This record gives sequence, structure tokens and C-alpha cells, in this order.
Amino acid sequence: MFSSRNWREYPHRYRLEASKFKKSGKTYFPKRAVDPETGDTEQEIVRLPNEGKIVTYTVIRVAPSQWGDISPYGLAIVELTDGTRVMAQVADCNVDEIKIGMDVRIEFRRIQDEGHHGVISYGYKFVPKWF
Amino acid sequence: MREVCIVGVGMSQWGEVWKKSLRDLHTDAALAAVKYAGVDHLDSLYVGCMSGGLFVGQEHLGSMLTDYMGMRGLPAMRVESACASGGMAVRAAYIEVASGTSDIVMASGVEKMTDVSGDDATYALATAADQEFEVFNGATFPGLYAMMAHAHMAKYGTTREMLSAVAVKNHKNGAKNPVAQYPFEITMEGVAKSVMIADPLHILDCSPITDGAAAVIVTTVDIAKKLGKPYIKITGSGVGTDTIQLAQRDDMTTIKAATIAAGKALKMAGKKIGDINFAEVHDCFTIAEIVVAESIGKYAPGKAGAAILAGETAIEGKFPMNSSGGLKSKGHPVGATGVAQVIEVYKQLTGQAESGRQIPGNPKVGMTQNMGGSGGSSVVHIMEVA
Repeated sequence: MFSSRNWREYPHRYRLEASKFKKSGKTYFPKRAVDPETGDTEQEIVRLPNEGKIVTYTVIRVAPSQWGDISPYGLAIVELTDGTRVMAQVADCNVDEIKIGMDVRIEFRRIQDEGHHGVISYGYKFVPKWF
Repeated sequence: MREVCIVGVGMSQWGEVWKKSLRDLHTDAALAAVKYAGVDHLDSLYVGCMSGGLFVGQEHLGSMLTDYMGMRGLPAMRVESACASGGMAVRAAYIEVASGTSDIVMASGVEKMTDVSGDDATYALATAADQEFEVFNGATFPGLYAMMAHAHMAKYGTTREMLSAVAVKNHKNGAKNPVAQYPFEITMEGVAKSVMIADPLHILDCSPITDGAAAVIVTTVDIAKKLGKPYIKITGSGVGTDTIQLAQRDDMTTIKAATIAAGKALKMAGKKIGDINFAEVHDCFTIAEIVVAESIGKYAPGKAGAAILAGETAIEGKFPMNSSGGLKSKGHPVGATGVAQVIEVYKQLTGQAESGRQIPGNPKVGMTQNMGGSGGSSVVHIMEVA
């Protein structure tokens, strides 16, 4: 991954920055220029809440090579407390324990790296709230 | 707008075709279609291809493929909409003929997927998802459809047996299709016991990695009549899109892009879904066939799985789906799939499907539904006996 491509996403991946549009009051993640429902461009940048519930999930058992060492891993779509939905890996639990409705929170984690002298990419993962 | 029809079809060998390159596969299909139709020239070519660049390092297919099919100078361009590229190429050809710009246009599709490692193929396919917010976090295509499956199971009680029934039915049809990559039958137990790829999808819930090409000749009814070959009319063509990211959909248990595309195609054809006799739908994963059957309006939300399990969509059922074997058994060379769906409808409507998978009762109206990614785009065509 080129460093600029990684760096450009820091506001989303490091700080969970999202667009909240004035007219509809709706929040979109990642940030975007236009509210897809109203066409509104007036917005403020907000930070997503870091807690929510799993609305659907899977366990990736045949994984791309960069995640071979952590396979099988959970992957989920979580509805955060403000209604925004985010997809990320589920960490810190047995994959058989992941289920719809599970309460999770977002934590800052290493996502992938490119070996010697490559970019190390960080971002967000979900962890169960029981920790 | 002029009336438009399909008059010639051709396919290359499908499967792991290690003796042939992307250009060879395409030439085989294209020349077969030209020969079948008996046309003496083409006016232009639209080729559907998802990712020549990532699978074989080759873009600029319009130039290369026209040259290798012996038609240097022919106007040509590539059409890309992930796994819906082939269907979109058919639509582009349809529009060019309907508008009167050209009279004889080829729509083709090609993908050469087995020249790269499994990991590279997974990466290439995953570019049809949101690269920075899905793939970055470890999503794969089986994973995305698996999440749709879990959501569908939780909302509607869709079961393992319903998913397996899709695969078993499609393999039963594909077993009678001589071009199918996997022309053999499988069992309900076999699907459920096959290796898990992304819960709840096993490997026999997934379409394979396939090399292959398909081509059709799109022309006017007058020219088709002069050629004297069997032809069918394209009476509806519709496209829809939705968010590329699954997480941003209002409802992950339906494919809105397919609903939009089917609605537009039906309206253009002046038909209702109940008027359609059979369909080729995009069963890249078993759950996809269930969700699509609901999204195009054939079954109410949550009802398709039980209908498929009960045999309603078998060849001899009320609404046959994927008589060709579908992507599941016939194979899924992504850019070629949408064109091959049109070929199956052509064969069915002209009574040329092989013994054992010809739909009984002389069907008059068929539909194809082709989609890209996890449903970010979809294209639907309605074709009728001329």
C-alpha cells in the first residue's frame, strides 16, 4: 500500500471522522461531499460513537494472505449508537462466540502490514464489551 | 427506438483452460457467434471484462481483441461493472442498435482468472467491494455474501437446507450442460459438509474461479429475418445501482440495485414479473439466488428459500431459475457471465437447450439478472420469442 493512500484515510481510520449533514441530521462514514438523500453539501465533521451492536457477521476461514496468521477471524457490521453502520474485524474473542446482537466497542488496532520497510496500517476493530 | 434482437451466440470452453489465453478465449467465442449468425461483418464491439489488468495484466482490450479476432479497425470498447460487466456490454450493444447508430453489434464478455494464485484472484475480485473500508479490514466476497446470509437467516429464518437446495438444483441443471465447468450433481449433505469458507457459506455455496468467454450478435429484426437464423427479441433492459459498501445499505437482506433494474426492464417490456416464464439469475453464492429472487419481485421477502427448497424453481417447476446450471455449476468467468446468461435464454426460447434441461411448455419470455459486487450494480434483460 502506498503511504499516501494510507495517510489519506487517517481521519477515518484513526479518528472515526464522519460527515453529519445539516438538513437531514444524518451521519455518513466515511466522510463524503454530498448527502445522498437530500443533495445537501452543508455538513459538520463529527466523530463516531465507539459503541454499538453487531447486526450481521461472518467468520472468514479462508483468508487473504495478509491475515493468514490470524485466520479464522470474525468480521462484522455494527450499528453504532448513533445509527451509523461500520464494517470491521472482531477481535479479542473466540470466533464461535460472535453473534448478532452482541455488544461491542471500537478499539484502535494494527490492521495489516507489508513486511520489511512496508507501511504498517492501523485502524479500528470491534472488541466484545465484556472486557 | 428500433426493435432489437439476438441472432447468434458463441461460447469458448469454460473452466480451468490453461491452454488458452484471454485473447484466445475471446476469439473462440466471438468467431463462434459470427459463424452461427452468418453475418458478413460487425459494426462495433462491446466487451465486458471485470479485470484484465489484475488477472493477466492486460487492459486496452478493445484494441487487442478486435485485432486477434481478425477485425482490425472495428470500433470497440471495454465495459466494466465488476461481475455485471457482461450484462452491461449487452445493454451497450442493445442501445447502439436500438438508437440506429449501428446495425450489427457484438456484445461479448471474457475473463481469464486462473493465471494468478488463489490469493491474487481473491484480491482482484475484492476490488469490486469498497477497497478502503471493506477490503482493507479483511472482507472477501464470500465474507460479504456470508454477512448477507446471516442477516437473512436472522430476519426470515432462512435455513442451511434452503441454501443447499440452490446449489443442488443448479448442479443438477449444470450436469446436463456440456459447457459447464462442474457438470456433476451434488447432494444436500455434500454441500453442508464441504469446507467452510466464510460462515455460513461452505465451498459448495460458492461459484468457482473460471476462465471463459461468451459472445452474442445484437441486431435489428429485419437483418435477423434476412439471416434466416433463429432469433429472439430484447424487449426490456434495465440497470440499477446501490452503495458499493454493504454496511451502508438500508437493508442487507435485499438487493436494491436488482429491484431497480428489474423494475425498469419490466416497465420497458410492458410486462409484470408474473409474465416471466424463467430466469437466469446471478447465483455467485447460494444466498444470492434467494435474495435476488425476492429482490426482482418474484417472491415476497423471506419466501424464496422455501420455494426453492420445494422445487418451484427446478426445470419442471413453476419458475425455473438457472436452467444453465448458473454461476454455481456452469462457472463464473466474471466479465463473461452476463453474456452467457443471455445465451441461455436464447437457447431456451429457441428450443435449443440440451436434453434434460430444456424448459417444458415452450417458454415465451425469459429474464437475465446480472450483478456486480455485493449488489452495488445490477442489469436485467427481458427477452421474448420473436
